[in-house]
Amino acid sequence: MNKRIQQNVMIKGTKDGFMLHLDDSCSFSELLKELEVKLSANYQFQENDPSISVKVHTGNRYLDEQQEEKIKEVIHKKKKLFVVEMISNVLTKDEAKRWKEENQVTTVTKVIRSGQVFEVPGDLLLIGDVNPDGTVRAGGNIYIMGQLKGIAHAGYKGNNEAIIAASVMKPAQLRIAGQVNLSPDQYSKWGHDLECAFMDEEENIIIEKLQVLKKYRPNLNRLEGGL
Amino acid sequence: MGEAIVITSGKGGVGKTTTSANLGTSLALLGKKVCLIDTDIGLRNLDVIMGLENRIIYDLVDVVEGRCKIHQALIKDKHFEDLLYLLPAPQNSDKTVVNEEQMRKLISDMKPDYDYVIIDCPAGIEQGFRNAIAGADKAIIVTTAERPAVRDADRIIGLLEKEEHIEPPQLIINRIRGHLLHEDEEMDIDGVADFLKIDLIGVIPDDDQVIVAANKKEPIAYNPDNRVSLAYRNIARRILGESVPLTPIGSEPKGFMSKLKKFFSVR
Repeated sequence: MNKRIQQNVMIKGTKDGFMLHLDDSCSFSELLKELEVKLSANYQFQENDPSISVKVHTGNRYLDEQQEEKIKEVIHKKKKLFVVEMISNVLTKDEAKRWKEENQVTTVTKVIRSGQVFEVPGDLLLIGDVNPDGTVRAGGNIYIMGQLKGIAHAGYKGNNEAIIAASVMKPAQLRIAGQVNLSPDQYSKWGHDLECAFMDEEENIIIEKLQVLKKYRPNLNRLEGGL
Repeated sequence: MGEAIVITSGKGGVGKTTTSANLGTSLALLGKKVCLIDTDIGLRNLDVIMGLENRIIYDLVDVVEGRCKIHQALIKDKHFEDLLYLLPAPQNSDKTVVNEEQMRKLISDMKPDYDYVIIDCPAGIEQGFRNAIAGADKAIIVTTAERPAVRDADRIIGLLEKEEHIEPPQLIINRIRGHLLHEDEEMDIDGVADFLKIDLIGVIPDDDQVIVAANKKEPIAYNPDNRVSLAYRNIARRILGESVPLTPIGSEPKGFMSKLKKFFSVR
């Protein structure tokens, strides 16, 4: 029975709470059993103890949703523990694909015309116009090399950090995540060149000259090569 | 093998039927064999503008449903020996009695016998529109320089771009009024062309003579002195592949003296 000596569950204390390292080579049922034993063997919590956050690291083991629920259940039996995060080194192909799509820029050359809706999961780089009654929608940012005269919806899955930038910004509506910004009744004939829209801390959509973007969204700059 | 060109606009009343009639006539005047097809089932007009309404015996629905042969339904325009024909629409039916497959077959049956098959499309984007574009190889969008018409044209172009059998559409801007171009009332020609981002194939000035001609049951294109007629004839030549420059509209000098000056300066 020296197998017992090998630990499948390791508990580490950090300054934010516990970190549970779950071994990825044993079976799931074994793991669950040992987790239960480890947690009950330890300290008995008192009524007025503060609750402790737990991060669970599952290594190279892939857990489906049910299994994740089971692990959470075991940990939550201990009244004062709650799981804040499940970390895993692996993800499914679907998840990986979605993750890739959400992080890539889709480039298209076309005019989005009245009645058309163009949607991408990640960032959108449109070389062309969005005409009135046309809609572009992106999970991430929207960059338009052309005139934006229709509707642009950036971060439509709820990404407040998303921005919209256009060579000519005369939209019917701008939407970022859940917020909508209606256009003024009349655009002046000139101006509105090289503008961008983003959301401030109070969730208002701000429309500004393009150069302020560097200040509000420094993460947009990815340094790749050069100086 | 001929070419099938659909004349469409989305919005009604911008001049699809007038354009179909005049382009067909202009192409026939240039010696091409042309058949006009009215697909506006239930609201036909093309026969009236061509002055052929009293000679309809069979119509498009009779042909696609096999009640007659194509040549029985065709009406020959008497202005020509054997160049201009009309396939009329029925007036007592509606657009859903014909489907896209039937139209595709009809037009591919007709193309070998003609240089150009001009299809006059009904307004809207429903079944009638889908029937009209089903057999087309090319599309010409007609719009006026007003926002509602341009918006609808934009929608139509979007729908046409999805159809792989149709070449990128070309644009005719109809009923340009020279005196409005200098004010901010109307979008100007460049504004419309820039907005829609498709090739401009012609600009037609606004002229009361078009209405007079329609009431006289003879398309304006027969009148060699009229500027609308000239504009349509130029478009016909562009369809044939000639490069004809666009004539500027609204820059014509007004008044007798300036006309006189222009007259002498040409010499």
